[in-house]
Amino acid sequence: MNRSLVIGAALSAVFVVAALVSFVWVPYDVTALDIPNKLQKPGFQHLFGTDHFGRDIFSMIMVGARTSIAVAVVAVGIGMLIGVPLGLAAAARKGSLMDEFIMRGNDLVFAFPSLLIAIMITAVFGASAVNAIIAIGVFNIPVFARLVRGAALSLWTRDYVLAARVSGKGAARISFEHILPNVTNLLIVQGTIQFSLGILAEAGLSYVGLGAQPPTPSWGRMLAESQTMFSFAPHLAIFPGLAILFTVLGLNLMGDGLRDVLDPRLRRAQR
Amino acid sequence: MSLLEITGLNMEIHGTPVLRDVSLCIEAGQIVGIIGESGSGKSMTAFSVMQLLPEGGQARGTVRLSGHDMLALPEEALCKLRGNEVGMVFQEPMTALNPIQQIGAQVAETILIHESVSRSEAFTRAREALNRCELPEDKFPMSRYPHELSGGQRQRVVIAMAIALQPKLLIADEPTTALDVTTQAEVLRLLKRLTAEDGMGLMLITHDLAVVADMADHIVIMRAGEVVESGPCPALFDRMQHPYSRALLAASDHQPDRQEHVLKEPLLSLQNVVRDYALPRSKLFAKQGYFRAVNGVSFNVRRGENLGLVGESGCGKSTLTRAILGLEQVQGGSITLDGEAVFSGKQPNRAVRRKMQVVFQDPYGSFNPRWTVRRLVCEPFHLLDTPPQGDAREAALSQALESVGLATEDADKYIHEFSGGQRQRIAIARALIIKPELIILDEAVSALDVSIRAQILDLLADLGARFGLTYLFISHDLSVVRNVCDRCLVMQAGEIVERGLTADIFERPQHEYTKQLIAAVPQLPGKAE
Repeated sequence: MNRSLVIGAALSAVFVVAALVSFVWVPYDVTALDIPNKLQKPGFQHLFGTDHFGRDIFSMIMVGARTSIAVAVVAVGIGMLIGVPLGLAAAARKGSLMDEFIMRGNDLVFAFPSLLIAIMITAVFGASAVNAIIAIGVFNIPVFARLVRGAALSLWTRDYVLAARVSGKGAARISFEHILPNVTNLLIVQGTIQFSLGILAEAGLSYVGLGAQPPTPSWGRMLAESQTMFSFAPHLAIFPGLAILFTVLGLNLMGDGLRDVLDPRLRRAQR
Repeated sequence: MSLLEITGLNMEIHGTPVLRDVSLCIEAGQIVGIIGESGSGKSMTAFSVMQLLPEGGQARGTVRLSGHDMLALPEEALCKLRGNEVGMVFQEPMTALNPIQQIGAQVAETILIHESVSRSEAFTRAREALNRCELPEDKFPMSRYPHELSGGQRQRVVIAMAIALQPKLLIADEPTTALDVTTQAEVLRLLKRLTAEDGMGLMLITHDLAVVADMADHIVIMRAGEVVESGPCPALFDRMQHPYSRALLAASDHQPDRQEHVLKEPLLSLQNVVRDYALPRSKLFAKQGYFRAVNGVSFNVRRGENLGLVGESGCGKSTLTRAILGLEQVQGGSITLDGEAVFSGKQPNRAVRRKMQVVFQDPYGSFNPRWTVRRLVCEPFHLLDTPPQGDAREAALSQALESVGLATEDADKYIHEFSGGQRQRIAIARALIIKPELIILDEAVSALDVSIRAQILDLLADLGARFGLTYLFISHDLSVVRNVCDRCLVMQAGEIVERGLTADIFERPQHEYTKQLIAAVPQLPGKAE
């Protein structure tokens, strides 16, 4: 069994479970203020301590995981749903006007600094989790489109694609029946990596106040709010920071591990 | 004392025995051919001489190379011997060279690794090695990159790397299998000359008896990790004892049984076919250049006949295949199947398409690795307006599988569970399932071992008679075409240079190129005319 896959999957699973559990149970209500108990140090009462409104940090991290994961899942979903068909189409009609159009469009999106555009989108349409999702999702499209086009181009030269063409199958059908199943490995691996980048991007947007809005807890905003109190209440910054660190680490390890397991060139004793 | 002495060599990989009690011996200046099909342990024998064992490999016995006990030496000492005392040439010249390094630097590198000489001296000696491998300086400066060379020229560079240090033993593992017949003949001649000049020992590994028959001094035949027969060549051919060696000998020149029932009427007809490829523009507004891959080719394939189309790689035969299949538009002339044009714009004309199918060369690349055999074989049903469903589909599938000698149960397996020969059977089943009239065999047996090749040729002959098929054999290998085709076409640089009955072409070749091709075919002793 692949070690980084196991560790990565375990780390990621911790946060997914935390997010799921938060729907039915959290130790403390994250919207209720409890000013007398503000800025408590981590202890038995409050596992990770409390913030300047007396809210339980542990509960906020659990609910925050929900936001982070939802944003990242939908953003990767947008990127895959739009990017993969674009990449397949570009590869199927390689060298055509459509190919040029799709790939130069991708270059255009790639050429802008992603966080700036995200800030622009949220600035124009208002700060909300939905707009953050759209902004992050748009930047996932060229990543998947390029990845799929590159892999698909080499698959199009295979004899089995030729055999499918001899069987009278059209480009769309070949793309979905022959090309797509053979690029899923790549998609899964890139998906986990984009997922971790999505979590980072959401944290970044929330940090500058453009992500999920209060009172919905978000790791990024927790970090932003802790900034001024870091000298006397470092736990406010440490726990959301660690949550981001471990989720991203877990997902990256999982991506690495999946690549090793799924890529036949790296797998031993095949055939 | 012999140059190389292998006695009682046993080897296992993760506990699975792959070599059993192998003994052989190579003298200086001697050419020893090791023959066997894939999986017979011939490459493993070579690797155990180099001590380049795969992971989990364990060798026992003795391997003595000019006095060194190879199995006992530490890795450091082995590194000195590899390249210095033993050179190696691999099958695939496309992957044996570093694509981003100039050929001169690659040859010089092997010298620099082993000897403390200056760079300029290493390059001088690299130049000499390339010259000796018939890559003269004016045509092949050392600044060439591998992609600028043909397959045969790359193989010469690989040989130059192997002989640059004048090793005592050269191991060539299937050095010509990936090459055309004419190139194969040249490379073999080169190896023979180098062996004689340097007094090297040459271990020539191949699956084809005919390749080694006229150059080896000694032949070792291996099967399933054991030496079944060995002896001096060509005397061994007259007194082969082991049934396996005899089978191998027979397979090299296999003649499938076939009755002729050729009708006069043409099935496929090509008239003055021209296929141009657009070349990339050199400047932004430069005139578009074209490369003419097929130049005015005309021929008919008659119903029920086996027609051979022979030519070396790059002669335009693959381009022609794609044009015949209606996958690409031709720039001139017409291709008709039963009177209907094969190319019909974006929407394929399924009525024409369902009359022909194709079998490709590469048994590994011809199948989607994520599909079951059932789905793979049934794919051409897409061409039918009402593809059979349910029981009818299953019946057609099992009939196709059984007719190529596979079991119905194989339908639920994935392609990686099959060997190369079995995969080629599956490819034939896929071509058969919609009962086409014409099957195009694009180098369909070129990647197979001789014994498997003989089985597939028998199968094709049997199926041809049973289903009334017409075959178009496209190959670079004359010996295959010779035994199965009624008529032959010889193609060179996009044009048909000679055509006629197979027997006539082989007995009285007219064109210079045809003569070259025929002369290049390796001959077994006693079979030469």
